[in-house]
Amino acid sequence: MAVGAEAIFGDSVITTKLDNAISWARESSMWPYIFGTACCAIEFMSVASSKYDISRFGAEVVRFSPRQADLMIVAGTISYKQGPILKRIYDQMSEPKWVISMGACACSGGFYDNYTTMQGIDAIIPVDVYVAGCPPRPEGILDALMKIQEIQKNESIIKDRTTKNFKGRLDA
Amino acid sequence: MKASSKIVPQKISKADSMPKHFEASFANRFSKDENNQYIIAQQYIIEAITCLQIEDNFSILLDITAIDYLTCKHECPSRFALVYILRDTSFLQTVRIKTYLHDAKLEIQSISSLFAIANWAEREVWDQYGICFTNHPNLKRMLNHKEFIGHPLRKDYPITQGQFCTKTDDLMDEMIPKLENKGFTSHEDLMFLNLGPAHPASHGTIRTFCALEGETIISAVAEIGYLHRGFEKSCENHTYNQIIPYTDRLNYCSAILNNIAFAHTVEGMLGVSVPQRAQFIRVLIGELSRIIDHLVCLAANLVDMGALTNYWYLFNPREAVYDLLSKLTGARLTNSYMRIGGMAHDLYDGFNEDLQECIKQIQNGVADTLSLIEHNRIFHDRTQDVGVIKAEKALNLGLSGPNLRASGIAYDIRKTAPYYNYESFDFDIAIGSVGDVYDRMMVRFEEIRQSIRIINQAMKQIPQGPILVADNAISLPDKKDVYGNIEGLMNQFKLIYEGVKVPAMEYYNAIEGANGELGFYIISDGSGTPYKVKVRPPCFPAMAAYADIIEGGMIADAVLTLGSLNIVAGELDR
Repeated sequence: MAVGAEAIFGDSVITTKLDNAISWARESSMWPYIFGTACCAIEFMSVASSKYDISRFGAEVVRFSPRQADLMIVAGTISYKQGPILKRIYDQMSEPKWVISMGACACSGGFYDNYTTMQGIDAIIPVDVYVAGCPPRPEGILDALMKIQEIQKNESIIKDRTTKNFKGRLDA
Repeated sequence: MKASSKIVPQKISKADSMPKHFEASFANRFSKDENNQYIIAQQYIIEAITCLQIEDNFSILLDITAIDYLTCKHECPSRFALVYILRDTSFLQTVRIKTYLHDAKLEIQSISSLFAIANWAEREVWDQYGICFTNHPNLKRMLNHKEFIGHPLRKDYPITQGQFCTKTDDLMDEMIPKLENKGFTSHEDLMFLNLGPAHPASHGTIRTFCALEGETIISAVAEIGYLHRGFEKSCENHTYNQIIPYTDRLNYCSAILNNIAFAHTVEGMLGVSVPQRAQFIRVLIGELSRIIDHLVCLAANLVDMGALTNYWYLFNPREAVYDLLSKLTGARLTNSYMRIGGMAHDLYDGFNEDLQECIKQIQNGVADTLSLIEHNRIFHDRTQDVGVIKAEKALNLGLSGPNLRASGIAYDIRKTAPYYNYESFDFDIAIGSVGDVYDRMMVRFEEIRQSIRIINQAMKQIPQGPILVADNAISLPDKKDVYGNIEGLMNQFKLIYEGVKVPAMEYYNAIEGANGELGFYIISDGSGTPYKVKVRPPCFPAMAAYADIIEGGMIADAVLTLGSLNIVAGELDR
């Protein structure tokens, strides 16, 4: 039994919450920024090419300007030297934004347990989804993307997404 | 661009290209060690290398590296030694000069005035080992960041001691002198632009800092090290077979060629050669890797100039090869297929049919791409006479592989020092005539065709037989022996826990990687873990030269030049 606007206008309108409408629109138009540094970036090329085709999930508009992107995919090893750059680019992305940590190196340093490799990017930026693998298969990235879509469905535009409690090693 | 096998370097026997002049003029001042390395005192180093370069034609500097003998079992004259590896212009000989540093300040004269590549190579040695090169124009850190304290490849530096970096180098200390040399006293009219390290065309992690006037690059400074992953330090803490997965991630576009290069070098130290069938499999899979490496390079290069369709034409065959490789090795990209003394397992049933299907797809992809670009005016205008490297300069810079061949020099280790029966395969070396972006791309297209020729011949000739060296001290035993008898179990246990025991020696060997001469300099102390491993990555010299090549050109051309040199950060920064 329809009530309110739907009762008056019939099937020509759908009422919903603003949050739901926005996350419905956002779900299939994530704009990724690829922070590709190493082998994982080559696998991301596969994700973007025709066989795995990330555009089926609405995320093919890969932006290389952080200001135009809302999903950061960190694909590859982050060394300590790269750290400040990753942090700076993350800061340049506007809210709301999500981060996928792709592959063993970005998640934990992987088998590069040594003097130059950061042991997980979550030392400097917050991460939403971790993908295991060295490198992960393209399906893994598509799965991570769907997980991000799931996460953003429950977000609200009036709540600040920034994790105020997060304090990275490079935060002043 | 033309294909030719005729312009191979003139036939000179190995004896002719011995460093005769050097041996004559330094008769009483050098000694030869058991590894066939010339040992000379550090005060003669410049004189000796000049003599080798000018009189004996050893005019290609392959690498400079240092050795820290701190934890070495046998006694050494001093803690640190430097090794210079040179190659002669007939490409048949390498010579290694070693000098022990007795000086407490660890100072030695720089040879950067003799070889362009020495500038970066010496910076790396300073960064990693803390050896000072006097008269070096710009001795600063190379792979590690500016705030790093200490020298990580010294044996007393703990492997896991990481140091956070808070600020990126602004590179003005290199840029301002460069601009002053060009007569720019004020920088107000110039615009400074960072190309990378986070830039889609910077191949991941390469940074080029440019001073622009309009869109013309007046001066450029390149910075590397953003993907320095401590390969060499990690090697010193793993057994030989455990290093194979690390080698995958050097040039990750052609992982198996790195596996082969490393395994081949260690087998050389062991004095064994793998069985014929294993050699043929290495040729087959190695050439397939070379093809897919070229496919990525070409696809990315074409995307950089806006020809996006070709990316799909060239990437789909790569996917087909991925499927074949994951069927064969279990992994798409980082295969770790090789082992010291052979490979993980034999080809599977039906491999030949899958391979033929891959080759068909590769040929279609290449043909589709060429039909779009071969006679395309835009493509020609964008690539011809852009980023030119003349033959002589290319040699002096130490380039190798497709980049050197594009400049017209037919140097290919598969021809000059054939391994794995390459001398019996009928294939041509593709060479260019100008050395521009166009030649570098077209040489790669031609090499794909030649690699297919090799694969087809190898597939016809491949013999049956074992794929592992029949030596219990090198190859893992069959699983049925491990579970069935005590000897097999012990062999397995010893090999896994202690690793393959490699005789104590210092050894250099190289194969033709997808990018050029991929060499390993390995020092063994007789145990199952190498004492030191140094990679000679083929794109290191190309990157060292890059900043100078792009100066004076347009910024859009710089992107194409970088793509055509096929810089892969994994092997560049190690």
